[in-house]
Amino acid sequence: MSGHHHHDDHDHDHEGSELSEVALRVRTLESLLTEKGYVDPAALDALVEVYETKIGPRNGARVVARAWTDPAYRDWLRRDATAAIADMGYSGMGGAHMVALENGPGVHNMVVCTLCSCYPWPVLGLPPVWYKSAPYRSRAVIDPRGVLAEFGVTLPPDTAIRVWDSTAEMRYLVIPERPEGTEGWDAERLAGLVTRDSMIGTSLALSPDAAR
Amino acid sequence: MMGFGPVVPEKNEPPFHATWEGRVLAMEVATRNAGVPWNLDMIRSVRESLPPLDYLSMSYYEIWLHSQTELLARHGLVIADEMKAGHALGGQKHAGHVLHADDVWAAVTRPGSYIRDVAEPARFAVGDRVRSLNINPTGHTRLPRYARAKVGTIGRVHGAHVYPDSNAAGRGEDARWCYNVTFAGRELWGADADPTLTVSLDLWEPYLEPA
Repeated sequence: MSGHHHHDDHDHDHEGSELSEVALRVRTLESLLTEKGYVDPAALDALVEVYETKIGPRNGARVVARAWTDPAYRDWLRRDATAAIADMGYSGMGGAHMVALENGPGVHNMVVCTLCSCYPWPVLGLPPVWYKSAPYRSRAVIDPRGVLAEFGVTLPPDTAIRVWDSTAEMRYLVIPERPEGTEGWDAERLAGLVTRDSMIGTSLALSPDAAR
Repeated sequence: MMGFGPVVPEKNEPPFHATWEGRVLAMEVATRNAGVPWNLDMIRSVRESLPPLDYLSMSYYEIWLHSQTELLARHGLVIADEMKAGHALGGQKHAGHVLHADDVWAAVTRPGSYIRDVAEPARFAVGDRVRSLNINPTGHTRLPRYARAKVGTIGRVHGAHVYPDSNAAGRGEDARWCYNVTFAGRELWGADADPTLTVSLDLWEPYLEPA
């Protein structure tokens, strides 16, 4: 599917544009579903708000930061990531079954869904457009280093690249390596270094300098 | 399929690029919580049944809108004439449960499971070598083309999961054992592939045979 969103990056009605046609169809559908009693518009407002403000990559960052600072928690993540992540309050739609993938010296993990757009919603929120786009979905499994380069990441040539194609209902969260120079940092401060892309595996956690 | 160009990340990307995108997502969740007679695998199957040129040229939420209107029409819940008219024309009305705003948080965070109890033991164990089948079904499947007829190693046994090939076709959940299988990059892509690359996929038992 298109990696661009050339015709949907405004929400205003431009007469005759493709955008207003789609927006109009959505409005029609919502009004029909409401009239027929399938949806409550207030619930739709609440759902949008949840994914705009509550369920997003800050959740995953807290999981990663706890794993960096609490060896028992890291061990729990290895054994049963679904339970360990639910312990932080993150569970539900788009993340029924979780697996944590730990990066380490010489090992880099990267997650894709070549078939559609499977993504661990409870910890990362909704996927970015590039994750759902044809360029990423087609190339992540065959040329991950080329994809990483487009994110500005170059790994040593002997680092093993492990790509995980989310073909079932298992959802994958990358635990990036803890950056150097963060000794003594608490989990809350560390979470500020954990980017969304570092938990997909298309990037690394920020260094303390970069985070400044 | 290749040749789509570079990946283009967007800085500070919002969850939705237009108001209607959020409404499409919300309607998807709300209708599924209102007990509509279809499942996630059927939704995926409808999306993937779009003609390839349409699929590749539509945005993500346009594809979602397509699967919603298609399934609503197919089941007579909202028919095409009603979409044209903009109001109900006597199609079905819903008398069952409706998702209300107060229940949204519970609905999206409720732990779910795709694991089912099955009588048959798992055929494969961690470390087993397996070959994925060369299958080309006309219906829905979750075995990607690039991973067909390849030899890999079982890395994890996930339990018996709802089987999409059956569930998408309305033949029931028919849970089958599901495994994480790791393939070497060179097995998938040939001698030129990155020697450090492995690709791991979650594959159901019917896709696999001993290697």
